[in-house]
Amino acid sequence: MKYGRSASFLTGENQGCQRYGPQTGSSPSSCIFWSLNLSDSMATYLEFIQQNEERDGVRFSWNVWPSSRLEATRMVVPLACLLTPLKERPDLPPVQYEPVLCSRPTCKAVLNPLCQVDYRAKLWACNFCFQRNQFPPAYAGISEVNQPAELMPQFSTIDYIVQRGPQTPLIFLYVVDTCLEEEDLQALKESLQMSLSLLHPDALVGLITFGRMVQVHELSCEGISKSYVFRGTKDLTAKQIQDMLGLTRPAVPVQQGRPLQPQEQPVISSRFLQPIHKIDMNLTDLLGELQRDPWPVTQGKRPLRSTGVALSIAVGLLEGTFPNTGARIMLFTGGPPTQGPGMVVGDELKTPIRSWHDIEKDNARFMKKATKHYETLANRTAANGHCIDIYACALDQTGLLEMKCCTNLTGGHMVMGDSFNTSLFKQTFQRVFSKDFNGEFRMAFGASLDVKTSRELKIGGAIGPCISLNAKGPCVSENELGIGGTCQWKICSLDPNTTLAIYFEVVNQHNAPIPQGGRGAVQFVTQYQHSSTQKRIRVTTIARNWADAQNQLQHIEAAFDQEAAAVLMARLGVYRAETEEGPDVLRWLDRQLIRLCQKFGQYNKDDPNSFRLSDSFSLYPQFMFHLRRSPFLQVFNNSPDESSYYRHHFARQDLTQSLIMIQPILYSYSFYGPPEPVLLDSSSILADRILLMDTFFQIVIYLGETIAQWQKAGYQDMPEYENFKHLLQAPLDDAQEILQTRFPMPRYINTEHGGSQARFLLSKVNPSQTHNNLYAWGQESGSPILTDDVSLQVFMDHLKKLAVSSAA
Amino acid sequence: MTSMPGSEMRKPRGLPRSHDACATSGFCRVGCRGCQGLAANADVAERPGGTSGGSGRPGNRKRGPARERSRGSSGVSDRAGAAGVRLPGYGGQQMPGVPHSQYGVYNGPVPGHQQPAPPQGPLRTPPTSGAPPPTSGAPLPVGQPAYNQFGQGDVQNGIPASAVQMQRPSVSQPFIPGSTPTSISQLSSFQQYGPSPTSAQQLTNHMARMTIGSVPTSAAPPAGLGYGPSTSVSPASGSFTATGSGLYTPYSSSQGPPPASMTHGLPPTSLSQGVPLAQPAFSGLPLSMQRLPSQGPGYAPPPSSTGIGPSNYPSTTGAPRPSTMQSPPLSGQALAGLPASQPNHLSSPPPPQQAMSGPHPGPPMTGLQGPPPPPTHPSQPGYQIQQNGSFGQVRGSQPNYGGAYPGTPNYGSQPGPPPPPKRLDPDSIPSPIQVIEDDRNNRGSEPFVTGVRGQVPPLVTTNFLVKDQGNTSPRYIRCTSYNIPCTSDMAKQSQVPLAAVIKPLATLPTEETPPYLVDHGESGPIRCNRCKAYMCPFMQFIEGGRRFQCCFCSCVTEVPPHYFQHLDHTGKRVDFYDRPELSLGSYEFLATVDYCKNNKFPNPPAFIFMIDVSYNAVKSGLVRLICEELKSLLDYLPRGGNLEESAIRVGFVTYNKVLHFYNVKSSLAQPQMMVVSDVADMFVPLLDGFLVNVNESRTVIASLLDQIPEMFADTRETETVFAPVIQAGLDALKAAECAGKLFIFHTSLPIAEAPGKLKNRDDKKLINTDKEKTLFQPQTNFYNNLAKDCVAQGCCVDLFLFPNQYLDVATLGVVTYQTGGSIYKYTYFQLETDQERFLNDLRRDVQKEVGFDAVMRVRTSTGIRATDFFGAFYMSNTTDVELAGLDCDKTITVEFKHDDKLSEDSGALLQCALLYTSSAGQRRLRIHNLSLNCCTQLADLYRNCETDTLINYLAKYAYRGVLNNPVKTVRDALINQCAQILACYRKNCASPSSAGQLILPECMKLLPVYLNCVLKSDVLQPGPEVSTDDRAYIRQLVTSMDVAETNVFFYPRLLPLTKVDVDSDALPAAIRNSEERLSKGDMYLLENGLNIFVWVGVNVQQGLIQNLFGVSSFSQISNTMSTLPILENPFSKKVRSIMDMLQAQRSRYMKLIIVKQEDKFEMLFKHFLVEDKSMSGGASYVDFLCHMHKEIRQLLS
Repeated sequence: MKYGRSASFLTGENQGCQRYGPQTGSSPSSCIFWSLNLSDSMATYLEFIQQNEERDGVRFSWNVWPSSRLEATRMVVPLACLLTPLKERPDLPPVQYEPVLCSRPTCKAVLNPLCQVDYRAKLWACNFCFQRNQFPPAYAGISEVNQPAELMPQFSTIDYIVQRGPQTPLIFLYVVDTCLEEEDLQALKESLQMSLSLLHPDALVGLITFGRMVQVHELSCEGISKSYVFRGTKDLTAKQIQDMLGLTRPAVPVQQGRPLQPQEQPVISSRFLQPIHKIDMNLTDLLGELQRDPWPVTQGKRPLRSTGVALSIAVGLLEGTFPNTGARIMLFTGGPPTQGPGMVVGDELKTPIRSWHDIEKDNARFMKKATKHYETLANRTAANGHCIDIYACALDQTGLLEMKCCTNLTGGHMVMGDSFNTSLFKQTFQRVFSKDFNGEFRMAFGASLDVKTSRELKIGGAIGPCISLNAKGPCVSENELGIGGTCQWKICSLDPNTTLAIYFEVVNQHNAPIPQGGRGAVQFVTQYQHSSTQKRIRVTTIARNWADAQNQLQHIEAAFDQEAAAVLMARLGVYRAETEEGPDVLRWLDRQLIRLCQKFGQYNKDDPNSFRLSDSFSLYPQFMFHLRRSPFLQVFNNSPDESSYYRHHFARQDLTQSLIMIQPILYSYSFYGPPEPVLLDSSSILADRILLMDTFFQIVIYLGETIAQWQKAGYQDMPEYENFKHLLQAPLDDAQEILQTRFPMPRYINTEHGGSQARFLLSKVNPSQTHNNLYAWGQESGSPILTDDVSLQVFMDHLKKLAVSSAA
Repeated sequence: MTSMPGSEMRKPRGLPRSHDACATSGFCRVGCRGCQGLAANADVAERPGGTSGGSGRPGNRKRGPARERSRGSSGVSDRAGAAGVRLPGYGGQQMPGVPHSQYGVYNGPVPGHQQPAPPQGPLRTPPTSGAPPPTSGAPLPVGQPAYNQFGQGDVQNGIPASAVQMQRPSVSQPFIPGSTPTSISQLSSFQQYGPSPTSAQQLTNHMARMTIGSVPTSAAPPAGLGYGPSTSVSPASGSFTATGSGLYTPYSSSQGPPPASMTHGLPPTSLSQGVPLAQPAFSGLPLSMQRLPSQGPGYAPPPSSTGIGPSNYPSTTGAPRPSTMQSPPLSGQALAGLPASQPNHLSSPPPPQQAMSGPHPGPPMTGLQGPPPPPTHPSQPGYQIQQNGSFGQVRGSQPNYGGAYPGTPNYGSQPGPPPPPKRLDPDSIPSPIQVIEDDRNNRGSEPFVTGVRGQVPPLVTTNFLVKDQGNTSPRYIRCTSYNIPCTSDMAKQSQVPLAAVIKPLATLPTEETPPYLVDHGESGPIRCNRCKAYMCPFMQFIEGGRRFQCCFCSCVTEVPPHYFQHLDHTGKRVDFYDRPELSLGSYEFLATVDYCKNNKFPNPPAFIFMIDVSYNAVKSGLVRLICEELKSLLDYLPRGGNLEESAIRVGFVTYNKVLHFYNVKSSLAQPQMMVVSDVADMFVPLLDGFLVNVNESRTVIASLLDQIPEMFADTRETETVFAPVIQAGLDALKAAECAGKLFIFHTSLPIAEAPGKLKNRDDKKLINTDKEKTLFQPQTNFYNNLAKDCVAQGCCVDLFLFPNQYLDVATLGVVTYQTGGSIYKYTYFQLETDQERFLNDLRRDVQKEVGFDAVMRVRTSTGIRATDFFGAFYMSNTTDVELAGLDCDKTITVEFKHDDKLSEDSGALLQCALLYTSSAGQRRLRIHNLSLNCCTQLADLYRNCETDTLINYLAKYAYRGVLNNPVKTVRDALINQCAQILACYRKNCASPSSAGQLILPECMKLLPVYLNCVLKSDVLQPGPEVSTDDRAYIRQLVTSMDVAETNVFFYPRLLPLTKVDVDSDALPAAIRNSEERLSKGDMYLLENGLNIFVWVGVNVQQGLIQNLFGVSSFSQISNTMSTLPILENPFSKKVRSIMDMLQAQRSRYMKLIIVKQEDKFEMLFKHFLVEDKSMSGGASYVDFLCHMHKEIRQLLS
């Protein structure tokens, strides 16, 4: 079925592409919607959802909430939301004052449009704890007609700019691997030099290079370039590192009460981190002179790469100099760490780096230790509010599996490529420094997310690039989903797309009904350092209606956001997959799916053919089908690094991107009409079509057999076949548009029927035709996939059977 | 006087030979005259005088004459006072008894001695002249003891009142005038000895054997020729030269008038004073007379004695000499002596003293010594008179001695006796100056040809050329003895250590060819199959040349086909003269890959400069200085042969609490600095660009050296590390896979937290306790292990220290020491004053040729074995000396022990093989071969010894001993060993003589004086002003010194600057190291290899001051100047050229210290006047000689 434009599946909505559901044949069914005191303009739930997302960056799995714990658990899909804390809101001007907080120490919710306000008494009631609060003196002039922004409904999300502490410039600390091929190193150096021009002149930069040794470069030297060198095999504590770098403040002799510290501080920290405007030339030269690691690498050996120590030093350096300031440690590495703490593989080339197979067999001897090392680092980094980016470009694995926590816990970027000398890396890296409409970097630092809920709800946890701040409170649930046990998380770095999944638990008891029309509310308070170095606070307050599942199930059902639900469930699954065995996770997902179908499907017992799902659920099984096949849960054919990489991005991208990752989008170009989205199915692979597939990580252009032959014959170059030329060009242009905006840059693959790279396409499509059912081919029905994987049809058949089974 | 000495000096030399023959054997005996034992009838006229007077005659035939003379004259000349006088007084026999008393007195005398010295001022000159001669025979020491003894002896002797009286006067006189002259006379005789032996060994030997008293005297007479002149000279020149002649005269005088001794006593004094007159007279007579007649008569008696004692050299002439000697001297003395002496005597001391000494001594002495003497007498008879006497004396003396020696107090207590003892005339005891001078004159003229087995080379102080004809040059190897006892029993008996001092890479004078390089291609050098000895001239080719028999182990080895060559009729290979390894003592092989580490040819070595940039170093300007200097110095790295440019690569490190490495790769626009803070776990942060070729990276290096002082100009870091610095250098060399040298410039105790961190443990309270040794031991073992690693890599560490306080040289130097490096220390470094010295040292150190990664093995003939090694190196097993670096100044002393018998026929062979990497990176083997004689007679051993080498060995042995033993133990052991050596000689080689006589082997007559210097050195007997660091520094320094260096180090060279002949190239004649020899009106230069002092007397003419210092008066001379101002006048030029010449002779640039008389620095200077009693309690030469004598007698009894 064709379903709505509720979400912009593609970043470029203008393409007007539509997503095709599994049951293409069925006509769009009418959606039942409940206008439960929703804002007037709302026509359908889809619109409501879309509107909410655009305004608040929030999507809930359920938009009408079951009113008791028991019912909520029976809903199978938990009550949860995807929150994009820094969703870009060009239309939202920040206000320049402090937010007004509820005076109850355990609450401290921010004044919001849902609060009841007594304009005469100048009082407002907190909608979370019902505390009545005085407005601060500055609000003396408020009235119904003269409301502050935070009380206006359209400001359910609002940005405050506050003055807190000194403004410290952003810090960029480059940690560069020098064990690269000459070509790669050259490309990397150029990229780095280029990046200097993108930085704000006041930004502080630092440079650490590593190979067999780790060098921390002092940037302010004239006439001689100076660096501190560390052995790459020895882990050092933060204190040691600071001692060795001379960062510890020498005990200033008490000089008759003359404090000298103010003068000394800048001196100390500025040796390694310098404002770009001061040392631009120096650093450019320094980068230009960077040489490959000079230590000889004998035949049959990997270069010795001290990534672990380099990172440790970078972390220690920032820890000692700029704690709790926005800082990016950007690690550029061209291979696996091969020595010292955090080593992932030995330097013998004959021992290959661990594979999933090794890991399952417990043969990855360095993995645990390395992981522990990087976890420790990541936690320290996060505690200091810094973030680590990893740009790993190598043909082989680079140890992302072990290092993933560095990015995952600190909100840093993880980029994986084949070489630094590819546009994939170059453009991705450039895009890190992309600017928003205000000319500010699309990045924020040191954020803390505070979630407040009304009494009926508690917080189960969050999944995303964050760490727990361990803030216990009345609204924290004991049942953890994701990173739980807290109502505050730290997100060391985030960008406008960074999205967290936050899971809630309905705690209202069945026997304590909520009055009709009651609404539950959730407030997200995100404090962060804006890239302009301002401190800002974004407050988003949302409310949803409660409904009694016993008699208002339809309402709840209709308010189900299956896309959000799919992503939220997927995140849970992926989160589990990090720690549990793959099959267990799949079984758990299947179980949930079956239970959901049992709960919301319409069927007769034991009659699979009678099974129907309402529109609001209709796509969900298909998402689950593709999720099961996705690299997030399947490790077959992926290296551990790749899995880590995919999961990293899945856990932080917003809903749209996440859906693309789960179920790639496929367009078809032909002479028969305008480009159209087609089923992600082997039947869509036809000889006279060009296909464009976007899996988020890859963009594949596939020429059908006939098209490819024509191209080989050179028709596109003949003036009389100019239309063919245009046809060939069309997908390229479209792909270009996707490439323009995506971060990280997807791998761009141009292939054709029978080409080896066609595997990227073939592995994604639903294998509706395989060598097993060749005979069933219809004419003109695509190409078979050589696989034993079940097709969606089979999957659905089983699902139906299980759902209707009374035995289940 | 001065003129006298000079002339004398010369004469003796000439004469000696002739005399030598007569002289009989080469013992120099100092007759200890009874107490006077010293009196050595022997050469030392002094003794003779004494002894002869007394017991001398009876016992020794040789001496007989001498003694007789001595008697006659003895009183007069000998004791130059004391001895002479006493002897006569004693009549000899009594003397023995006397000794005891003398000893006791002895101590007393010493002080007294000194006291008189000052007044002698003028007198001194003569004495000095006299001094040299004494050297010939150990006599001097004896003489000194004699002094004391004398004093006592006299007293005791009291019996021969006359004698006593004689002595007294003489004593008193000697001090003033009288003594000096006598001493002179003796000295002269001594000199003769010295020269004669040296000139022709045989002759010398003979000479040596001659009893000191007689022979020398006899010899002296010959010198007599010299006499006239000498005497005249001596006075003129100063103390120095005079000796020769002086000796004579005294001798004669002493001998001549034993009876006349009384008068003699006067005469001698008169001599000194009356010099001119007396001398001429002397000269006249002696010259003509001396040789024949003098010898004749003198020897006549002696001959018999010689025959008996020394035996070998029946001093035919011996007899005559004495007589002649006596006679002339007598006359001379009589002539000159009386008048001159009288005045003196008259002047004051004489009369009273005489009176005192005579009677007083007698009584008091007797009281004390009295008892002993009698017994001694009896004993004497048993022996020869003299000997007996000495014996008796010894015994008797011991008590007194012991008390007296250490206890000056005794002295004090015995006022009477002391004065007499004082009389022991320094001039009468063997003089190093004389020995050196004689050797120089006798052996400096002709090349030393090494073809003959077991030749004793000229002294190190002599300039001579070497012609290599199969044995290695003495510049490479010197032995303590060139005649090795065949059996270990003999060796043990003699106690003479068998050692070789090896300087494998010694620099040769330009006239000599450096060792030829032999390339045997891929098969490498030909070696013995069994012992692996290298092909050398001593290998015996047999079977027509198809095989050769090893000269070391006798194993027969096939000659490889490519090396085969036919033999000529004498069994020599036809290509004998074409192949260095068959015809020369020293040569080099090109090593093959088998001789290289890891079977890879080595890379060229590297130099790494590691500069302390802590606050002190920067503030003192040191860092800037070093950097500036390096800029130019880097162009002068050793090139190793004829290379266009040096193959040596350089690297730079600076450090304080952390290390900074520098990348100076030529491709860089600017140098890169890499800081390594992880000192706990040092590593080298870069590979490429750290060690670079100077030419390629010139600009980067220059820029770096400009930057370094700037970068650290504001440093406030005061703490330093040390071990990590070495570690870093070591690692860098390891990484570069090459050997090399680290130049570390360090300023302070490394107290920063790091491995090898040290604490200040300086504690002067430990001195003279059992824990004193800890001051020499390293604080921690850490550095030993580090050194081991360094050696394994061929990493040599040179250390330049600039301490302002204690920095524990004992520990810091461990690595340097064990890697064959050098330490340079500039305490309280000041740019203005020390810059010159430091830069010169640095330049020399950087430029000198070094062999790296070396292994040295010494192979020997079956029968002896190298058992012990001394020097700066590391040994991981018992045979291989491993040297990370070995430069041209480093010396290794090797001791040999018997493990079997040697045969006289085949002699003993040494082969020293040094495998090393040249500075050009070439692997080479340097071979030195030396053949020695073997003997079954101890006399042969004693005749072929070299005292300088012996001292080198003993000093090194003692200096190592202090690491594990209390210093006192070490000192005692040294004394004991020497006493045994001398006693053995006395017992087995010297002709029978009175025990009271000290008889020294000719070759070892300087042993006591040198040994005393060793004992007094800062390490073994530190004064309060010597820092712990200095002691450790010197200890390490001495350990790798060669013979020439130890020689001048222990017995500094003292040159009278005012005697400089501006127009000639020659150095002024050196004078003995005693304050007495300094004149207020003169300037002196003293050098010991580390320092140069210029001593300025208070009465120096203003003109000279102006000429030299550029200031108008004495008071304006600055103590702080480190170089002499460059003034355009002949005197200044000459002095500066002398200094330059001296500097060029030494491996280190010596520090110039200007000392003004009576200034505070004078204390420092006096410390180097080693013949005097030292501030720290070291004995004066005279005292020590007495002590030695006592020890010997003790051993003999």
